[in-house]
Amino acid sequence: MEPMEMYLPLIWAALIGVAVALYIILDGFDLGIGILFPFAKNETERDQMMRTVAPFWDGNETWLILGGVGLFVAFPRAYAAIMPALYLPVIVMLVSLVFRGVAFEFRTVSHSKTGWSFAFALGSTLATFSQGLVLGGLVQGVKIVGGQYAGGPFDWLTPFSVLCGVALIAGYALLGSTWLHMKTDGDVAARAQRQAKYWLIAVLLFMAAVSLYTPLNEPRIAQRWFSLPNFYFLWPVPTVTALVAFACWHWIERGREVPPFLAAIALFLLGYVGLVISNFPYLVPPSLTIWDTAASPGSQVFMLIGTLFLLPMVLGYVIFVYWLFRGKVHAGESYH
Amino acid sequence: MDADPVLLARLQFAFTVVFHIIFPSFTIGLSAWLATLGGLWLATGEERYQHLMRFWTRIFAVSFAMGVVSGIVLSYQFGTNWSRFSAFTGDVLGPLLGYEVLAAFFLEATFLGILLFGFNKVPPWLYTLSAGIVAFGTMSSAFWILSANSWMQTPAGYAVKNGVAVPVDWLKIIFNPSFPYRFAHMLNAAYLTTAFVVLGVGARFLLEGRSLREGRTMLRMGIGLAVVLAPLQLFIGDQHGLNTLEHQPIKVAAMEGHWDGSKPADFHLFAWPDEKAGKNDFAISIPHGSSLVLTHSWDGKFPGLLSVPPDQRPPVVTVFFAFRIMLVLGFYMIGAALYGAFLWWRGTLFETRWFLRVVANSWWVGFVAVISGWVVTESGRQPWLVYGVMRTADGISPVPGATVLGTLGLFIVAYGIVFSFGIYYMNRLIKHGPDTPEPDEQSDNFSGNPISAARSAGHDI
Ligand code: HDD
Ligand code: HEM
Ligand code: HEM
Repeated sequence: MEPMEMYLPLIWAALIGVAVALYIILDGFDLGIGILFPFAKNETERDQMMRTVAPFWDGNETWLILGGVGLFVAFPRAYAAIMPALYLPVIVMLVSLVFRGVAFEFRTVSHSKTGWSFAFALGSTLATFSQGLVLGGLVQGVKIVGGQYAGGPFDWLTPFSVLCGVALIAGYALLGSTWLHMKTDGDVAARAQRQAKYWLIAVLLFMAAVSLYTPLNEPRIAQRWFSLPNFYFLWPVPTVTALVAFACWHWIERGREVPPFLAAIALFLLGYVGLVISNFPYLVPPSLTIWDTAASPGSQVFMLIGTLFLLPMVLGYVIFVYWLFRGKVHAGESYH
Repeated sequence: MDADPVLLARLQFAFTVVFHIIFPSFTIGLSAWLATLGGLWLATGEERYQHLMRFWTRIFAVSFAMGVVSGIVLSYQFGTNWSRFSAFTGDVLGPLLGYEVLAAFFLEATFLGILLFGFNKVPPWLYTLSAGIVAFGTMSSAFWILSANSWMQTPAGYAVKNGVAVPVDWLKIIFNPSFPYRFAHMLNAAYLTTAFVVLGVGARFLLEGRSLREGRTMLRMGIGLAVVLAPLQLFIGDQHGLNTLEHQPIKVAAMEGHWDGSKPADFHLFAWPDEKAGKNDFAISIPHGSSLVLTHSWDGKFPGLLSVPPDQRPPVVTVFFAFRIMLVLGFYMIGAALYGAFLWWRGTLFETRWFLRVVANSWWVGFVAVISGWVVTESGRQPWLVYGVMRTADGISPVPGATVLGTLGLFIVAYGIVFSFGIYYMNRLIKHGPDTPEPDEQSDNFSGNPISAARSAGHDI
């Protein structure tokens, strides 16, 4: 292989990996607010919860577009193989995002907020569940013949993908509750603190279940983790995860505000790293690697130049806006 | 009977993309209008500009939210519904969409937060600048997506290697032959569409006798804009058509209902194209009209539909009528704008109630013209997905028809709900009007004396 054709896909895989990680974290707490909506006492509390993300949600969701489009840019053949395979969960996710997205504005204009609060909660939860299905469906493998998807419309539906769906709901709820504890005060913050502990326990249980299930059912993943010398390098991943989880619990107990949220993010990143270790270099397990599906070097270079210039700018003004809307959102503050 | 996956995939894409385009047509124009109002507010310090800006921002927020969520759907549909197309064109179209996300979507989405929630947090100049940045973002997003779409109409700067299209010359890809025309025509369409909405709302306020100062401002700004943009759109459209004749002659033949290329073409005011027999029924025509417009000569000839076999012709009836709808609305907009300008010049714009009633009920014309224009462009491209290179039937995903049918139903129900509520809420916001105290002297001069109304109109521009 030419050096360009060797390294460009690696660079792009890393970039898309970062975009997806940013998406999971940023839209994670944002969707988490929706998952936690049913537990709020009244619409005033829900207003307060929504206010914490209202200026950011559109930007957060843009990382999802970047993830999808990034795949289309750098690995068009992977994009073309994955999307038809996961057709139904992807479409259900999109339709759910429609309802939760418009709810941000519709809720403030309508006579009664209850209807759109319900749409927001259901849309957020279903979108999260579908994302888990997509993840599970991908990890368990996709049937490819001649570069195109060759399975049926429901191949993705397995106990494992459903497990991933439920796990992700717990994960986003953990991100959401630690975020709320940090960004609100009063009853909402107190409830978020209580709930964060339960969600943390749930997340740990699901992480354990997924970590047991995948090596048991996918020999290639067992091989990756438990063969020597890999094992020597990889055992820190679960160890650090346990430490972070412990710290997160401790900080929630102590009523600290920022650290639990950061610890929840770290937990997500560790789980994510675990998945990457399990599946690299496959983009469409178990058959297509990043090199099989890469766009031509001309396309990858053209986009890379722009990305190296534009991505820092994007990060710059995204951080500026988060900084601008820093601080707690108090109960009863007006919306617009 | 098994559902035809090609037809269903087309229907699904057409439905979702038509739904989407409604909102960009409005938000591209509206964000520019918000930025303009902000600029006027900063420059003059007059409160009415700020009231108008705050008022339209609420409406903008609702429309933008619907634009965003329906756009996300589209960006994934390239993969879900058109996976073979994506595999074939990804190397060329991928980066164009990638630049759209990085250079446009992040810009709009992030500064939207400041525009919607920052009024009490940032100084007026930064608030106005955010509106400007959002406007610039929507324009750049149109630039990239229209470049991608135009490449599908007039592919250039690429080569086919190992069964996929690979880039050879990026400048030729981005600035492909139909792109400059399409970009100018669509951008102008968005501004024109918004001008008619603003005009309609202004007229409605005057008719209902409320927010008069703001209403008059809207009416004047709307007319001023439309009287320039509507004739300009005719000119750009004409140039666009000439360019299409050069690159996609069969599309033009379908637009004109022109079958036999060996004869000069009439312009059909009305006709019913008979696709089986290859001729028009019930034609009412201007002799040699199309030849005159398209070749600038009385006896000029251009290719007719019969010059290609039936399986290479687009759906003629659709293209033919969609084109006529766009033209009728285009000329209507020119007429309305010119007449409004005439009334303004005479000083009777605010009292000519029949005219106010007409424009108050014309807020929708831009949207219908935009959708018709896109139907001409996209249906006229058929049976090609990438013109002359890849057929639509070869671009679809290996997904069963029943699945596509089911999700099409889902989209129809979901969009139906969201659209109905969205329109209803926007209408409520308009009904509520700007949050301004209604000073007495304002309401006086409308219903009362037309001369003094006209005079005070002259004052507050
Ligand atoms: C002429 C302009 C235009 C056209 C032809 C299209 N769009 Fe669009 N799109 C916009 C102009 C726009 C816009 C003005 O930038 C948005 C922002 C909010 C809105 O209402 O429209 C938008 C939003 C928007 C978003 C959400 C962006 C965000 O989060 O801010 C996505 C993912 C897409 N679009 C994707 C598409 C795709 C895949 C299209 C083609 C099939 C498409 N758009 C046609
Ligand atoms: C009044 C005279 C007009 C003429 C002669 C005209 C001409 C054209 C032509 C020839 C096309 C097809 C080009 C192609 O597909 O290659 C087109 C497309 C289009 N038109 Fe028009 N048009 C007119 C008015 C309008 C108006 C008033 C609007 C909307 C406000 C509009 C919006 C569009 C849009 C959105 C498209 C599709 C995008 C594109 O291809 O540019 N047009 N027009
Ligand atoms: C990059 C931008 C776009 C791409 C890649 C694209 C692609 C496609 C594809 C793949 C189809 C299905 C094939 C077909 O039946 O025609 C289609 C159909 C269609 N598209 Fe586009 N499109 C784009 C932009 C738009 C926009 C902005 C509109 C505006 C409303 C639009 C309107 C339509 C319509 C009306 C159809 C149905 C045509 C038919 O059924 O014959 N397209 N387009």
